[in-house]
Amino acid sequence: MSDQPTIRIRGLKKSFGNKVVLDGTNLDVWPGESVVVIGQSGVGKSVLIKCIIGILTPDEGTIEIDGELITAAGFRNMDAIRRKFGMLFQYAALFDSLKVWENVGFGLMRHSDLKPPQIREIVEEKLRMVGMPGTLDMMPSELSGGMRKRVGLARAIAMEPEIMLYDEPTTGLDPIRADSINDLIIQLREELCVASITITHDMVSAYKIADRISMLHKGKLIATGTVDEIRDSDNPYVQQFIHGRAEGPIRDE
Amino acid sequence: MRIISGLNWVGTRTLSYLDEAGVSLILLTKVLRGIFKRPFPLRLTIQQMEEIGVRSLPVVIITAIFTGAVLALQTYSGFKRFGAEGLVGTVVALSMTRELGPVLASIMVAGRVGSSMAAELGTMRVTEQIDALITMATDPIHYLVVPRFVAAFIMLPFLVVFADLLGIIGGYFVAVNVLGTSSTIYINRTLQYLEFSDVSVGIIKAAVFGMIIALIGCQMGFYTEGGAEGVGRATTKAVVGASILILISNYFLTALLF
Repeated sequence: MSDQPTIRIRGLKKSFGNKVVLDGTNLDVWPGESVVVIGQSGVGKSVLIKCIIGILTPDEGTIEIDGELITAAGFRNMDAIRRKFGMLFQYAALFDSLKVWENVGFGLMRHSDLKPPQIREIVEEKLRMVGMPGTLDMMPSELSGGMRKRVGLARAIAMEPEIMLYDEPTTGLDPIRADSINDLIIQLREELCVASITITHDMVSAYKIADRISMLHKGKLIATGTVDEIRDSDNPYVQQFIHGRAEGPIRDE
Repeated sequence: MRIISGLNWVGTRTLSYLDEAGVSLILLTKVLRGIFKRPFPLRLTIQQMEEIGVRSLPVVIITAIFTGAVLALQTYSGFKRFGAEGLVGTVVALSMTRELGPVLASIMVAGRVGSSMAAELGTMRVTEQIDALITMATDPIHYLVVPRFVAAFIMLPFLVVFADLLGIIGGYFVAVNVLGTSSTIYINRTLQYLEFSDVSVGIIKAAVFGMIIALIGCQMGFYTEGGAEGVGRATTKAVVGASILILISNYFLTALLF
């Protein structure tokens, strides 16, 4: 393992108006490692990954990708860094006006010199990887929620990213479909050896796909460890969350 | 207490309008810069030209024909009082080309196209499709707003020329077939007093109105917040905002250009 993390986050702060969402967050993700960030809904998990990929600009703190400081990068530079990423959105965020193959091949169409027939071939292969062969010419509106997520996943891996970001990959799916998404995530990590950050509040999924789990609470990552360390953690916040208890130190405000 | 809360209301509204005007200007500079960024999104622009230009034709045609027709009716009943029925053609032609063609066609297009831009971009915003564009290293303003802006800028003048022509035809039809004016008099009086600048200034106005429609429609959609309800609000604001801006800028353009 190299001594430089793929993602290094230090003292990240982000507020919206008076609401402090991230308040000095620190995190390292090593090459090929799968880190799962857990936490309550609305605690700022999405904000964290949106800062990493540059959809949101943090107020303070630094993010380094492969040792390159992106919080100071100009826009042009940022696009070069974004090509290292693939992101799966919570509701897939497929482009409604484009066919499945145009969605999956979007990045290739814009950022490579490949001709449409070659792109279709690559798309076909990616769709086969996610278990959706033969859907090239369908429209996103014809797909179910689980199928949309698979296509979203195919789109995210089409450019062969080095880092994957998963925003609630299993939310809104039945347990069986959710588990097949988990399997896909593990398969992608093993086949493509990508580092990933997954945010979720689905503990079944977290235990299955994580190398390390980190819990976000009140803008800070309050506990980080392997699956077993988190399961056995004596932190009362972690215990309340992973066992899904209404009673405990975390209260609705 | 009443007065203070009233003033408070006026102040908040003023600030929010100024805020939105600022957002418009920032978006406009980004779009203008985006137009010169290579590669130009030609395919998307042509798609939008079809959507904005070709698909708006029926609405614009009907609006123009009936406006010209009613103008002929009204002018006739007014001008008959001092024996100037012969000038109906002139009044129809000048009103259509200078004012009604550009303004009415643009307001109809604002209702049709501005609203759909706001709804489409607004939906893309709330379903994270705009974020997805960013993650795929694609500038959403270059990809979404520039084609709509350029297409509206190019197509509105064409629509207005159509509107001018059809308004005059509508007026002709009513004057000749309903009111019994002689066809030669109507055509002669139309051509006699119509100057090229009447039409050309209308075309310049149309280009400006096109930019307003696209800019406001895209702005309201692009910065939508708050789910489906937010998309609905954005759509309304796009139509109302663009229509009001068209009417206001119409006055200043008229004062400036004629």
